[in-house]
Amino acid sequence: MATKSIPGFYDSGQTDLPVLKPFSPQGYAYDEMYFVRWLAGIQLKYVAIVVLLWPAIAFAKSGSYGMSGAFAALWRWIPFITFEGFFFNVLISIFSMAIGTFFGAVLGLSQLSNVPLVRRTAYVFTQLFRNSPWLVILFVVLLAFPFEITVFGLIIPIPGWVKAVIGLSLPVMANISEIVRGAVNSVPSAQWEASESLAFNRTQTMWQIILPQCFKRMIPPWMNWYAILTMATPLCSLLGVGEIITYSRQAMEAEDNYTELLVPFYGYALMLFFFYCYPIARFTIALEKRFIVKL
Amino acid sequence: MTNWTSDQPIVSINNVRKSFGALEVLKGVSMNIMKGEVICIIGPSGSGKSTLIRCINALNSIQGGSITVEGQEVHDEDLDKLELRKKVGMVFQQYNLFPHKTAIENVMMAPLKVLKQNRSDVEKLARELLKKVRLEGKENSYPGELSGGQQQRVAIARSLAMSPDVMLFDEVTAALDPETVKEVLFTIKDLAAEGMTCILVTHEMGFAREVADHIYFTDRGVIVEHGPPDTFFDKAKDPRTREFLNQIL
Repeated sequence: MATKSIPGFYDSGQTDLPVLKPFSPQGYAYDEMYFVRWLAGIQLKYVAIVVLLWPAIAFAKSGSYGMSGAFAALWRWIPFITFEGFFFNVLISIFSMAIGTFFGAVLGLSQLSNVPLVRRTAYVFTQLFRNSPWLVILFVVLLAFPFEITVFGLIIPIPGWVKAVIGLSLPVMANISEIVRGAVNSVPSAQWEASESLAFNRTQTMWQIILPQCFKRMIPPWMNWYAILTMATPLCSLLGVGEIITYSRQAMEAEDNYTELLVPFYGYALMLFFFYCYPIARFTIALEKRFIVKL
Repeated sequence: MTNWTSDQPIVSINNVRKSFGALEVLKGVSMNIMKGEVICIIGPSGSGKSTLIRCINALNSIQGGSITVEGQEVHDEDLDKLELRKKVGMVFQQYNLFPHKTAIENVMMAPLKVLKQNRSDVEKLARELLKKVRLEGKENSYPGELSGGQQQRVAIARSLAMSPDVMLFDEVTAALDPETVKEVLFTIKDLAAEGMTCILVTHEMGFAREVADHIYFTDRGVIVEHGPPDTFFDKAKDPRTREFLNQIL
């Protein structure tokens, strides 16, 4: 085959002429779904290795308390940290996502407004919350909101997890805003012209023609942000909100803080997050593949 | 301005100037189109043909001169562009159908949502229009399932559904293969025969000669020559026109 080999194809090829190497935009273009793509690409055999290897190392290093004791402790606490802890992570993520999606859609559409003041304000809000550290936003919300509000003499307490929901929904909102803006801008401008020439006004064009076309395109990146948000919910433990990490720490304290407890308890939390988000990631990638074919 | 009568030009273009930044694409173009007339604008690429007809329904703005449609100034700040566009239909080179809607839904969209007409009437009208453009049986196909020629005919039906007084055709056959060009041209010919005022930008010289009442040749932003088809094609006076026709024919 050596005589028929194509230089640069079967072998590396040699030339002293300047050549353009093949260019692939992948790896250069910003991938708005980088997180789920990475998560969905994890092979379960590696997960299995970690799940087996980590406790094994822990066993080897175990001290006076003993690893079997630590796992027995985990076993006792599992109902508590799952149904009172992880349950709240899921709850916080769902509420934050709902609020973030609603206001993100409003903000995203405002970014496309033809009123310059509305557009610029929406842009500033989007960039501010999209690029601020989540923890800082959380602390600001925690401190800015009162413990209780009085409406017509009625005292309504605001529990910590509600503040966490508000705090987490802000960065989500900003990212959803960008998803909406990007999806609308991805519709060819010819569609705007076609509907304008049929006497559709701007609002009608947006709601009747443009948004129905790009709605499907928004779903995979939207789910990407749900997965990111869920993984970010343990941040709330720093605010003292009762969720999986807060309760795991409390459980470990109740078990006298032996270092052997770290691997079972935090490992369990990691596994819960992984097995909750992994199917979401796989589903998201499958959806993306299905939607990409249809124009 | 609304005292327009049908013996006056339905579309009147006077000394129109249009620039994109520093580039002046229309340098004082004038033409008058009477009701029921079919006119073809021909000329080399970049001569401003498409820009000119996009100015007629205010998709592009102009920097000088005036365009009136039924006596109404188009480039008036206070003009209700949507009212204008109800009177002026437009068909594009790339069809621009709504990909998420079936053929019949594409046709029904504007009368339903813009004119707020009754659904059953609109559906009846849409079926008639699709029949007219010879697309019976394709009502429930999506644009992606139709050929280019079929899509373009749906686009024509979609414009007609607004019952416009003037139709603009912007190189509607340029993206089609020679076979399907014919289907679309037949449709336009039918329309012209019914007395629809049509303004076409086209490269189909044979067609232009056959259907047009008047032909305009533009080059570099000006009208070089115009006249009835026979005079224009056989006895072109301007050397630039002759050169263009020699290249094309």
